[in-house]
Amino acid sequence: MSPFLFWVFALMTLIFGAAVVVNRNPVASALSLVVSFLGLAALFMSLDAFFVGIIQVLVYAGAVMVLFLFIIMLLNLQAEERRRINWLAAAGGIGVAVILLVQICFVIGDFQAAQQTFPPLAGSTDDVWNIGALLFRNYNLPFQIVGVLVLVATVGVVLLSKREPR
Amino acid sequence: MITLGDYLLVSGILFSIGFAGVMLRRNLIIIFMSLELMLNAANLSLVAFSRFRVDPNGLPNYNAQVFVFFIITVAAAEVAVGLAILVALFRVRQTTDVKDISSLKF
Repeated sequence: MSPFLFWVFALMTLIFGAAVVVNRNPVASALSLVVSFLGLAALFMSLDAFFVGIIQVLVYAGAVMVLFLFIIMLLNLQAEERRRINWLAAAGGIGVAVILLVQICFVIGDFQAAQQTFPPLAGSTDDVWNIGALLFRNYNLPFQIVGVLVLVATVGVVLLSKREPR
Repeated sequence: MITLGDYLLVSGILFSIGFAGVMLRRNLIIIFMSLELMLNAANLSLVAFSRFRVDPNGLPNYNAQVFVFFIITVAAAEVAVGLAILVALFRVRQTTDVKDISSLKF
């Protein structure tokens, strides 16, 4: 992938990611998150992880964000009224996040391998086949545990959404 | 050329944005979205490492991508349960603002 495309998609992911936090209207935040996830899916595909990129679009930009928008619609949330910002708390929150970012930058700076480019791949990679084989051979037990987890989550959601009988 | 560090930097910035969102915002739905951003930042660095560790056959290390698959699955389940809790909370309290939900605050 050309560096130009990488920076376009990276900036798209980061700018719309920041828009999620900055926007006051929850619907605008959710739509920004969709664009951010699409940029992230493009970054996954630039790393030759096509399966993960497609899953990102289908599951995140599709299913999860529809769920978010549906809940926003169901609760009929409006844009928050402009209330007085507690500047001390806001500065604390931003400060902690910036300190975390500086820490991450130092770790990446000290990391020798971070200066290296990605080694070339051997022609075509059947990544769906390879991930599937790994999933069903080496990670069979975790896969089934995750299946049970999703089942439990489904039952839990139904139970939580059920109205209490009065 | 794009190095591993560039991807890790993007991932770190995205994680910090999500972290700032959790710290700053008081709307529970926005906090949830910021959590998703943080999970996806972790996914990005995992996929970058997967592409970086090419084995002798010229294939990326697929263990990390299986890990990303599990993270996405668990995150989807987490969002479903979290939003159900949110709806149940809204039914009782008519609010999604964390400042209004402080019964357990000391």
